[in-house]
Formats: sequence, C-alpha cells, structure tokens
Amino acid sequence: MVFDWFVLAYAWFFQPFVEYDFMRRALVACLAIGLACGPIGTILVLRRMSLAGDAIAHAVLPGAAVGFIFFGLSLPAMTIGSFVAAALMALLAAAVTRWTAQKEDASFASFYLITLALGVMLIATSDSKVDLLHFLFGSVLAIDGESLLLIGGASSLTLLGLAVIWRPLIVECFDPVFLRSVGGRGGLVHQLFMLMVVLTLVSAFQALGTLMAVGLLMLPATAARFWCAGVVARALLAAGFGALSGAAGLLISYHANVPPGPAIVLFAGGLYLLSLCLGVRESLRLVWFPAHQHKEA
Amino acid sequence: MLNVVNARLQKLFLGIVFCLVTPVLAAQPLPVVASFSILADMVREVGGPHIEVTSLVGPNTDSHVFNPTPADAKRIASARLVFVNGLGFEGWLDRLVKASGYRGPIVIASKGVKSPLQLKDDHHHAGASKGHGHQHSHGAPDPHAWQNLANAERYVETIRIALAAALPAHSAVFEQRAADYNKRIRALDQATKAQIATVPVERRRVITSHDAFGYFAAAYGVTFYPLQGLATGSEPTAAEVVRVIDLIKKNKVTAIFTENISDPRVLERIAKDSGAKVGGRLYADALTEPGTAADTYLKMFELNVATIVQGMSGKASP
Repeated sequence: MVFDWFVLAYAWFFQPFVEYDFMRRALVACLAIGLACGPIGTILVLRRMSLAGDAIAHAVLPGAAVGFIFFGLSLPAMTIGSFVAAALMALLAAAVTRWTAQKEDASFASFYLITLALGVMLIATSDSKVDLLHFLFGSVLAIDGESLLLIGGASSLTLLGLAVIWRPLIVECFDPVFLRSVGGRGGLVHQLFMLMVVLTLVSAFQALGTLMAVGLLMLPATAARFWCAGVVARALLAAGFGALSGAAGLLISYHANVPPGPAIVLFAGGLYLLSLCLGVRESLRLVWFPAHQHKEA
Repeated sequence: MLNVVNARLQKLFLGIVFCLVTPVLAAQPLPVVASFSILADMVREVGGPHIEVTSLVGPNTDSHVFNPTPADAKRIASARLVFVNGLGFEGWLDRLVKASGYRGPIVIASKGVKSPLQLKDDHHHAGASKGHGHQHSHGAPDPHAWQNLANAERYVETIRIALAAALPAHSAVFEQRAADYNKRIRALDQATKAQIATVPVERRRVITSHDAFGYFAAAYGVTFYPLQGLATGSEPTAAEVVRVIDLIKKNKVTAIFTENISDPRVLERIAKDSGAKVGGRLYADALTEPGTAADTYLKMFELNVATIVQGMSGKASP
C-alpha cells in the first residue's frame, strides 16, 4: 500500500523530469529564477516599488528591437539589448527621482511609456515583421544550454551582489537619513539594486516572457510578507515560494496540458491568496477574527 | 435627414467623377490590392502588365498577427479591386476596409474551393488590428486552401473572372495568362504526386509548427502532426511537447520542419531531445523576399515539396 503510494508519487512528481530532458532544463531554469526573484521581490515590496518590475518589463522592447534589427534573431544580441534598454530606463528613472521632486512611481511610469512606444515604433519600421513580441514571450520548454547558462549566471550574480550590498540596502529602506549620517552612499546602493532587478528580469524573460516573469518576481514576495516579519526570513521564504511555483507550474503543465508560463504564475498567485487568507502575520484570518486568535495564543 | 441627402449627393457626385476618370485610368495599370503575398503573386500572374498589385501583408510576415498601418488603408482606398483569401484568414480585413472608405468589389479568392476542410483543433487567427487573437471555435474552416495545387487552379479562375469584369477590354489576355498559369500549376501538381510517391507510405509522417498543411495532407497523402499552440501569441504545453517527443521516439515520425514565420525554438529543442533531425524550413502563409528561393507561389510550393520529400526519405536537410 505504502509502496503503491510511493510509486504513484514518483510517477507524478519525478518521472516527468527523469524522462524528459526539456523538463529538466525547464526545472533548473525555474529554480534559478525563483531563487533570485525571492529576495529582489522582497526588497521591492519593502521599498513600495512593487510595480517597478512591470515598468522594467515593458522597457526591454526597444533594446530587443535594436538587437534584432542589427543581428537578426540572435538570442544573445536581443538579451544584451534588452538589458541595456531596461537598465538605462531604470537608472534614469531613479536618477530623476533623486534629483527632482518627482516621486519614483511617476518617473518610472514616464520613462517606461517612452521606451515602450519607442520599441513598438522600432519593430513596426523594421523590415521583417516576424512577430518579435512572440520571441519576448519566451518559452520555458525551449530553453537550451546557452539560455540556461545565462539564467544561472544572472541569478548567481544577483544573489552575490545582493549579499554584498544587503546591509546598506536594508538600512536605506528603513532609515535613509541614518545611512547618510554614517557615510553610506544610498544613491549608489539604490542604483546597484536597480541593476540587479533588471538583470533578474531580463534573464527571467528567456524562460517566462516579459509578462509572466514579473509574476514570479512579485507574487512570492507579497505572499511571504504574511508569514514572517524579518527581512531575511521573508527573502528566504519568497525564494522558496518562487522555486516551488516553478516546479509545480511545470508539473501542472505536464499533467493538465496547459501552457507552463501562466501555470507557474497562477500557482504563485494561489500561494499568495492562501497566505493572504491564512498567514500568521496580518492576514485576513487575523484581521477578521482577532479575539479568537487571542484566546488561542 | 439633411445629412442623408447630403451623403447621397456626395456619393452620386463621386460616382460621376469615377465615370469620368475611369477611361483615363484604363490606359494605366489597374491598382489592385491583395491581402497577402501568395495571393498577390497569383493575381500578378493572371493580370500581367495590365494591373499593379500590392500585397498588404508582405513577404516573410505572419498574416495572423498583422498590424495594419494608415498606409495600408490608403492603399485599399486607392485600389480598384481588393482580393482576399477568405475562409476566415484575414480577420483584420473587414475593419480595415471599412476604415479606408473603399467601396469597390472584394473578391474572395477561395470562393471556388469545393468543400473546404475544417480545422481539427484550436487555431488562432488574429483580429490583429488590436493585437488580440480571436480563437476559432471547433469546426471553423481551414483557410490555408492554397496548400493544395488543385485549389490554386480554382483561385486562378476566380481571379480571372474578377479581372475580366474590371477590365473587359483585356479579358482575352487574362484568359490566355490564366490558362498558361493553370498549365504550370497542373504540371507541378503531377510532379508533386510523383515525388511523394517515391516515399514509402509509412514514412510519410512529419511534424510542423502550425496547422497550415491540412490541404496538403489531404491532397498528397502526407500526415502532418502540428505542434499546437505555436501558431501565434501562445506557447505549447509541456504535455504537448511530451506527446510530440513520444511520437518521434516511437519512430512514427520521420522529420521535423520549422516555418519562415514562426518561432523555431521549441521545435529545435524537441529535435535535440528526441534525436530527430530538423528537416528544414517550410513556407506556409507567406512568400520570401523577391529574388530569394521562395518568392513566387509555385517556387514556394516546389521548395516545400522538395524539403518535405527529402526530410521524409531521411536525407540530410538542405
């Protein structure tokens, strides 16, 4: 009996990955992306920049288009183009926020709309009109060795970089004046952080496409906030949620015959809704039934 | 009320102007618009020097996700005749025609196709003016009728009748050109059947990236396994990829083909995972740039047949 269950569980959870090479690659890519997205998303939530990821996702278009126009359908060229365009957009928006009185959300909105329109214009005027957007909607099932290296490299770089600037970054989130008083360079730290956000997102586009990648960036982080208070704990939990969503979404795509990108993000969305209702910190359960919780405690 | 009268007067006035202008225009080639490159080529073959064809969707471009520009509306407005494929292929066309103010005849080239095939599965043909695909329900007609040469002959006949009606003075020329063209089409049809016949029946199984070869399959006896979800704007599911890999591994499929208008990455991944060879590139919905290998309908068809036959007989890809 127990053995039967074991066999069934093996068939459900492991066999797809053991049997098919493309599933293994997809899994590794999802794990790498999920791990990097967790901490990055957590800090974005802390800084009230939850929509910055969306803005960056739209800003990759002109870069990808320029890469396409000069080098054709070459993934490295388009990826580098995407990174440059999105990084420029993010740094400009952040700089404008520092220099002027404009709030971060307003400058992000302005710059991403400009870059998005520029990208659509470039694609429309380029000669071949192969659906470039389709290429930006990457497919996690089509990941080759090259993309895998890129995703793994970007995730490792992001996590290492985060470890280096972690302390000043957190201090800057909560008390920017204190950081300045002890001689920390908040502006530089912020710019470095934005570069990591861009790096993570651009590598995630390879697997999930621009729209879905943002889902894996933000949903695990917003879900984790209902479980723990500490930033480090939240970041770790978010990374776990992200990796779990990746693996679960792939399995759902395999067994239920649905596209993997939305399946991954919907699983992360399910985790968020579950956390929102049942979490141990400021969840709906605790807001609606505070007295009941008090007695238990 | 006044507006209506006004509009009628305007139409009347326009009509008079057209009548006056027509004899002058007749000396110049008739401006004609076709919805996509393959149809434009057929119209050009029949019309010859007496017409000037422009194609709305250019070479190497996917008609499924076409985004019309104001220049396209202008082209339609200044055309005297508009040719479309029909069978639901150009979802974006009705709105474009309406927006352009074109009031002339719209010729549905597939009109003469007897009993069009039905699409087996979901197949996306976009109403692309908004960028959103609209999905055909089951039982929608398969628009890719030109993938059977016998249907192309019926296209040619429809085109000839429409051109003769528009330029009666040259109807004899059109008849001659159409007969010549049909002779070449028929010859290629014979050659295609002969070439396919060289491949054993059990080897005539191939994979393509979108469901565009239904007519080819029915006419020439090749089984196509399209990878669903690659047509436009969506991605295939893991289960679908597994199904295709298993098909190949059970040795039921001899070759995988990519297309000039769709994303080849998933198919290339499948080829690597299953050990099958990518048999080359097929041309389904669009010709290639002028001066390249598949810049006319007949060249495109011939190239497709050569690629498919070579892939199925297990030789190296071209």
